[in-house]
Amino acid sequence: MKITQRTFDAVIVGAGGAGLRAALQLSESGLKTAVITKVFPTRSHTVAAQGGVAASLGNSEEDHWHWHMYDTVKGSDWLGDQDAIEFMCRKANEVVIELEHYGMPFDRTDAGKIYQRPFGGHMSNFGEKPVRRSCAAADRTGHAMLHALYQRNVRANTQFFVEWMALDLIRDADGEVLGVTALEMETGEIVAFQSKATIFATGGAGRIYYSSTNAFINTGDGLGMAARAGIPLEDMEFWQFHPTGVAGAGVLITEGVRGEGGILRNSAGERFMERYAPNAKDLASRDVVSRAMVTEINEGRGCGPNKDYVLLDITHLDPKVIMQRLPGIHEISIQFAGTDPIKEPIPVVPTCHYQMGGIPTNYSGQVVAPRGSSMSVAVPGFYAAGECACASVHGANRLGTNSLLDLLVFGKSAGETAVEDVRKSVKAHKPLPQEAIDRTLARINRLDTQKDGADVHQARLAMQRTMQNHCGVFRFADKLKEGVSKILDVQKDVERAEIRDKSQVFNTARIEALELENLIEVAVSTMISAEARKESRGAHVRDDAPDTPEHPNGRDDVNWLKHSLWFKEGNRLDYKSVKLTPLTVDTIELKKRAY
Amino acid sequence: MNERVARLHRLRWHCRRALLELDLVFLRYWQRVGDDLDAGDEAALALLLEMEDHDLWELVSGRRETADPQLSGLVEQLRQV
Ligand SMILES: Cc1cc2nc3c(=O)[nH]c(=O)nc-3n(C[C@H](O)[C@H](O)[C@H](O)COP(=O)(O)OP(=O)(O)OC[C@H]3O[C@@H](n4cnc5c(N)ncnc54)[C@H](O)[C@@H]3O)c2cc1C
Repeated sequence: MKITQRTFDAVIVGAGGAGLRAALQLSESGLKTAVITKVFPTRSHTVAAQGGVAASLGNSEEDHWHWHMYDTVKGSDWLGDQDAIEFMCRKANEVVIELEHYGMPFDRTDAGKIYQRPFGGHMSNFGEKPVRRSCAAADRTGHAMLHALYQRNVRANTQFFVEWMALDLIRDADGEVLGVTALEMETGEIVAFQSKATIFATGGAGRIYYSSTNAFINTGDGLGMAARAGIPLEDMEFWQFHPTGVAGAGVLITEGVRGEGGILRNSAGERFMERYAPNAKDLASRDVVSRAMVTEINEGRGCGPNKDYVLLDITHLDPKVIMQRLPGIHEISIQFAGTDPIKEPIPVVPTCHYQMGGIPTNYSGQVVAPRGSSMSVAVPGFYAAGECACASVHGANRLGTNSLLDLLVFGKSAGETAVEDVRKSVKAHKPLPQEAIDRTLARINRLDTQKDGADVHQARLAMQRTMQNHCGVFRFADKLKEGVSKILDVQKDVERAEIRDKSQVFNTARIEALELENLIEVAVSTMISAEARKESRGAHVRDDAPDTPEHPNGRDDVNWLKHSLWFKEGNRLDYKSVKLTPLTVDTIELKKRAY
Repeated sequence: MNERVARLHRLRWHCRRALLELDLVFLRYWQRVGDDLDAGDEAALALLLEMEDHDLWELVSGRRETADPQLSGLVEQLRQV
């Protein structure tokens, strides 16, 4: 069937921080640029980011990009590529100051410079002591960033397709990416977007877990589309969990609550962190606290009728302190936990927060995949940036505030590379292969005609519970193995999912079913990659790979200092080496990750 | 298709927000009201959904009040869901 075709120099899928930054680069270069987005740009999930964006500006005290680089490599547990990390940390000042010029209202020092505050894992002088590196705009950093970038894009004539959902990548027989198919929600029409450069900036997929801090929009569409088009997904076993999400809801309770004296307790009322981290106690690092919580729950000391959460207790704090220094916590607790935290402790569980893996790219933002004897060959016409991409700067564990930086640096560099590539190409647009378009139409048709299929809501819940129970914070060989077969069963249900509503206008049932087809690719890749990686590293912690003198923290550099690549076809895994050589400085040598 | 149903579908999609807090509140809201919205509810919801997410959450969570009589009923309902 023929469908409407629209032609651009560049098409960007996603209007969060990464997509808007990339779009700006293209539009300001005079290229005809389209941005496709499921929701209005300033409703992208980047809005939720409050903590800030990292840059070694040194406005409050001495700082250096090389120190930032060291912290990022260490944070990544040495799985991050050191060329990309050097690139990001060196570019940080430039992109943050650029954003300031675009009108971002950063907090200021008395002298009028960008004010900087400390954030976990960011240190001065190669890990010596905490440094003030995070730049924020009150508690609305992500929101302010999106507004600044959006206004600038409007000025540059970026063409927005709002409430359009990209469905599939269009790739020809040579492997070249020629655009995407997309659904206009308002009409139900499917259109082909033809482009010389296609950039994915579709954000994370945190909704694969039952307990997630991510908004409903984070369904990993870019990853699903890439996987279906034969592109591997990198390091999908690495997910960052935040220790304190409200049990059953996922809403994040900031670290600040423990900073103000909040205490974690088990069913016996015991302050259990004293046993796991005698010095730092409740203020130990995110992964240590999360694992302690899960151990308490697994050993039967969880709270509630199902013994499946622990309690965050602030009842001993002065109510005035709670209301003044922890604004929002009172409301969140009442709304989502049904408890008044002044009188009763808040039920919390470790909650999925951030996806470290994604579509493999280099630091120029080009998507790379194995070809011939090389593991990283650029896929012509295809670029990715932001949480959906894996450059890889976060490796096995991301540092707070480095994600917003990632959006700016790699959004810009993907844009720059795309501009160069489009300018170099003398050819006209290649014709779109009908087979690629037919694949999308077949997918929609299957969904519209499916009889006696699985319920979308039930299948999604089964996926989320399987991921939570079998591939959570703390991982066990037998659970992972069982998890693989369970998630493949769920996948079969998803492939037969049925929707009752076949209407065309804003059919949310159809959209959710299509999102689930993307989520399940992410879930399967995560489970399979996690089952296979037999060490502990960063956020991937296995019970059968404990801390020993031979393998500090359970990390096994001899066998596992490598990136995982999962391919949808046959659920095959392959591995590629970590880039240990930075661009200009010496390698940051392997060490035990300890704070 | 029935125009009203289309309008409700659009409103449902506009309840996809940047903050999980709001997604959860609106999920409960739709579970409660179903398609049982009158023209006034519809108009109020459409207006409310034009707000920025952080402002909207301050309103729904009770940290801020609205002076707009058209919105206050709906805001109260969202606080209760
Ligand atoms: C509660 C919370 C707080 C955080 N705080 C911080 C912080 O302080 N500092 C920090 O550095 N990081 C923080 N993070 C992480 C950071 O916010 C995210 O990693 C980052 O915002 C992701 O940006 P993005 O541009 O990649 O994607 P997003 O902002 O998620 O945007 C994705 C875009 O893609 C579009 N899209 C997706 N699929 C499709 C499709 N199929 N078709 C069309 N469009 C599509 C969406 O509409 C959206 O516009 C936080 C995360 C959370 C959950």
